[in-house]
Amino acid sequence: MSLLRTFETGLRGIAAHRLRSILTTLGILFGVAAVISTVGIGQASSNAVNSRIASLGTNELTITGGSSVSGGVRGGAGSAQTLTLADVTGLSDSSNAPDIVAVAPENQTSTTVINGSVNSTTTVEGSSAQWLTANSRSLAGGSFFTTTNVANHALDAVLGSTTASNLGAGVGSQVTIASTPFTVVGVLQSSGGAGFTNPDDVVVIPITTDQDLLVGQGHVQRIVIASGSAATVGSAYAEANQLLLQTHHITNSTAADFSIVNQSSFLSTAQSVTTTLTLLLASIAAISLLVGGIGVMNIMLVTVTERTTEIGLRKALGATPADVLRQFLIEAATLSVVGGILGVATALAVGVLLPHFTTIGIAITPLPVVVAVGVAAAVGLIFGVYPAARASRLAPIVALRSQ
Amino acid sequence: MSAPLIDIRRVSKVYGRGDVAFRAVDDVSLRVQPGEFVAVMGASGSGKSTLMNIVGCLDNPSEGQYRFGGEAVESMNERELAAVRNRRIGFVFQQFQLLSALSAWRNVELPLLYRAATDRRRLAVAALASVGLADRVDHRPTELSGGQQQRVAIARALVTNPDLILADEPTGNLDSTSSGEILDMLKRLHAAGRTIVLITHDEHVASVASRRFLMRDGRLQEAVAA
Repeated sequence: MSLLRTFETGLRGIAAHRLRSILTTLGILFGVAAVISTVGIGQASSNAVNSRIASLGTNELTITGGSSVSGGVRGGAGSAQTLTLADVTGLSDSSNAPDIVAVAPENQTSTTVINGSVNSTTTVEGSSAQWLTANSRSLAGGSFFTTTNVANHALDAVLGSTTASNLGAGVGSQVTIASTPFTVVGVLQSSGGAGFTNPDDVVVIPITTDQDLLVGQGHVQRIVIASGSAATVGSAYAEANQLLLQTHHITNSTAADFSIVNQSSFLSTAQSVTTTLTLLLASIAAISLLVGGIGVMNIMLVTVTERTTEIGLRKALGATPADVLRQFLIEAATLSVVGGILGVATALAVGVLLPHFTTIGIAITPLPVVVAVGVAAAVGLIFGVYPAARASRLAPIVALRSQ
Repeated sequence: MSAPLIDIRRVSKVYGRGDVAFRAVDDVSLRVQPGEFVAVMGASGSGKSTLMNIVGCLDNPSEGQYRFGGEAVESMNERELAAVRNRRIGFVFQQFQLLSALSAWRNVELPLLYRAATDRRRLAVAALASVGLADRVDHRPTELSGGQQQRVAIARALVTNPDLILADEPTGNLDSTSSGEILDMLKRLHAAGRTIVLITHDEHVASVASRRFLMRDGRLQEAVAA
């Protein structure tokens, strides 16, 4: 039998058993679509983490008060009150720390901000005028409060873009924080990114005002410092460490009452979490692909049993075992490949539609597409071989009598 | 005398081994000349189906020689047997054995798929016309009566222009009117020069053949003309 006619026979077999063919194809379709889209979602979230790392830059260091990790028995970082505004002033002194170009203290409090009848619970950060530089952020409108404003305990607020739109507030609006009216002096440029906290949902106020109203006098949760470039971040670290050990009168550096971390190290942890999550999702999806494949094998087995008479008849009419084998293989492979292609199409559709209706990002890359379709085709062939080989070995007479 | 189409010499088919060995066909010899119409009668369990499988090259004998149209069949492998069945034998079964998903002409076309044949639709339609079903070419088997289905099966047996028509209880599933039609058709095919071997348990059906054999407990003997 020629290859072309074998194909024709196989395809006619598929057409003759429409429902069964559709069910098989669906099994593969969902398996393939699941693999591609879950890997795509994982990819998108790890891209987001990567872009945040890039946007943060590697020139930032965060100093947290309290115990260092090496303390072990002591409380976690930030649990003790060891940083002061004097530290901020010390670190800002360019003669002590020439590689530190920006220093911003930060106190974060989750509180409610009110604009007329609208209110929103957000993160209020008390900081200094150098907040923008230290955090590599910029303004979309208005201005940032100045060092003088900070010294005057000004009631000025700078809103993140999300907070501004949540509150329906803009530059010049009056908002109420902790029963105190603030004037919105600026709105931040959106920094995008989908990390674990939203950097656009924030209100920045002078640290002096913050200490008056929210956190208490002298409280400094952490200090963010920035070096001029990524190349000098190492010396900035050394200078900050040296200076703080000295001013805190600590001689043994392992007993330091503060810790300094590069911001990107938080994100590399986040990145490894994302990678693990992607792997987890992908393995669940791979299992669903396997189940789809077993479905194909199951259906091929049923097909062969159901069609034993047909096989007997075909053999009586002159089909060789190879003809029968090829016919069933082509049926199985066609169902798998068609299911695979439809699965890719479904995944692409999900990739287009998902960002429209949800906040979940999805990045479809060629590798999972190739792997999923390849696996689907292989599954169809491998799982098609066994029942097909069984079918081709049936004696025509045994098969014909099975009715 | 010309060379026989079927030349079976001392053929046996044994199932099982040793004490439980069962000789379904026991030391049978049979010669059929081209153009003959032969009936093999026998009750169920007499071994006539096993003999039919051997005659139809569906199964190899355990012992003995079988030459079909001069070809030594007993030593052929599955592939070679398939080729002999395809080129030289047309089968008609009791259960019709039509594929329900395919139209009449697609069913008739089946044996042509396993050989180098062009113009398959024309050949299939011509074969259907020769059994009086020219107007049923695109009907599914389920849309046809039992007699019509068996005529489609006969068309499928004829489409390859085989040396032998092997009919296994062709009227077993039909009412008497349809049975008569099918037997008339076999008689006409014989009159047109076809070689036919008919397997049946029914003496009346066997009476259309020119020679009759009786199968009993695996052994074959020629029946005296009634």
